[in-house]
Amino acid sequence: MPERTIIDARGSFCPGPLMELIARLKFATVGEEFEVLSTDKGSASEIPEWVRKVGHELLGTREEAGVWHIALRKTK
Amino acid sequence: MASVTSMSNKISIVVVSGSLERLQMAAMIASVGAVSGNEVTVFLSMNALRHFTRGAGEPPPAEGPFGRLLQEKKAPGFKQLFRSAAELGEAKIHPCSMAVDVLGVQPSELEPWLGQPLGLTKFLSDAHGGQVWSF
Repeated sequence: MPERTIIDARGSFCPGPLMELIARLKFATVGEEFEVLSTDKGSASEIPEWVRKVGHELLGTREEAGVWHIALRKTK
Repeated sequence: MASVTSMSNKISIVVVSGSLERLQMAAMIASVGAVSGNEVTVFLSMNALRHFTRGAGEPPPAEGPFGRLLQEKKAPGFKQLFRSAAELGEAKIHPCSMAVDVLGVQPSELEPWLGQPLGLTKFLSDAHGGQVWSF
C-alpha cells in the first residue's frame, strides 16, 4: 500500500480544507494518496464532491471522534 | 446577490461591497469555482477595491453577527481565498479601471496577484453567456 500523506486541516472552515488539499495535489505525482483530516462537517461532503467532479479517485470517508478522514488518490 | 445561470462553465463575479461577509462569499465562490474547472473572472470595484491595496489598513467591517463570528473563528481569509483562486485555479482577478482612477492608486500599489485594471466593456464582453454573480 503506498504511503499516504496526511493533510491536517482540523479547525479550519470550508473551503479551507479543500484549498489545502488542492494546493498539495498541484505538486503531487499521479498515484499519490492523501488523507485530509477535517473537523468541518461541510468539508466532509464538499471534498468528496470535488474529487468526483474533477475525476480523482475517492478511497473512503470516515468519521472518528468528531474528525472526518477523507482519503483519495491523484489520478491525473 | 443575484445570479443568472446557463450551461456555460464561465463564472464572472462583480464585487462592490467592502463588508466582510460579502467579500468572504465572493472569495468562496471564486476559489471553489476556479478549482472545479470553471473559467472565473473577478471584477473588484467601489468599496471592495481598497481592501486589495498592499498592506491595506483596516480589515473589512462585519455587516452583522455572522461577520463577527467569521472574525472569531478560523475561517480562511477572503484574500487568501482569492489568491488561491488565482494561483490554484487560474482565476483572473481584476481591479475595475474606474475604481483605480477614483481611488487614486497605482496598479503597483495593489496586491501583486491581481491582474491589470479592467474596463466594464471588456468585462461585460467576457462575461457574456456565463454565470454572473454580484456582491
